[in-house]
Amino acid sequence: MKIPVLRLGAILLTSIQVDLTDTEVMQFQADVLSVIAETEGRGLAIDITALEVVDSFMARTINDTASMARLLGAEVVVCGMRPAVALTLVEMGRELIGVETTFNLDDGLARLQRKIAQRGDNALAASGSS
Amino acid sequence: MSEFIRVSISEEAHIAEARRHALLLARNLGFSRTDAYHLATAVTELAANIHHHAGGGEVRLRAVARRGAVGIEVVARDDGPGIADIGLALRDGFSTAGSLGCGLPGARRLMDEMEIRSEAGRGTWIRACKWIAAATAKIAC
Repeated sequence: MKIPVLRLGAILLTSIQVDLTDTEVMQFQADVLSVIAETEGRGLAIDITALEVVDSFMARTINDTASMARLLGAEVVVCGMRPAVALTLVEMGRELIGVETTFNLDDGLARLQRKIAQRGDNALAASGSS
Repeated sequence: MSEFIRVSISEEAHIAEARRHALLLARNLGFSRTDAYHLATAVTELAANIHHHAGGGEVRLRAVARRGAVGIEVVARDDGPGIADIGLALRDGFSTAGSLGCGLPGARRLMDEMEIRSEAGRGTWIRACKWIAAATAKIAC
């Protein structure tokens, strides 16, 4: 199951809608990072609205992907975590440390645009295209 | 009280299969969404441990009942190398596989009960239960 990475101007948008195996999670990470590098995307939004179970491996991979994306030069937000998923992660002792989260994709895109603007990539953030 | 659902774990995709069965069973029994996710996440961690550390094994799920409560019992069993030090394996941040080491302690926190038996070279047997009040359950017991 390949997760599409969509390009919205300088922002890359991806949504995890299905159960992924660990191998697919790693593939997702590699795909996202290569698209960021290729397109020089300034922001990455990972939508997890549809995810019912975020196990420790998935949580770690999301964390790692965010760190790597930031190293490449992109800002990252994780959008739409379900309340029960948040409860489960905290109960497990596994918070998504260091990853910014927003209620939904709308907020996520707004947050990314703000962060990109703060970095001085004003043209990119304002026009929404590169 | 009910039949086992048995999921053989011999490849990675079976982890997700165990998770789906756990979610379905939890919903059928009337678990709240949070309890269902807790259970499904713990089952995922246990199944992943079997896959990553033992190479294979099985997860069994079934509905159980006791006075005033119904629950789901999970038994995760493998014939792998066993856990050398269970106390250490339950400590946050300990891992022999280079991972974060929050799978087993995390699963224990997500479940109401967990019992672990393991013998070096013989494998590991873990039984865990998640309970809800019988009054909120969808089945009579």
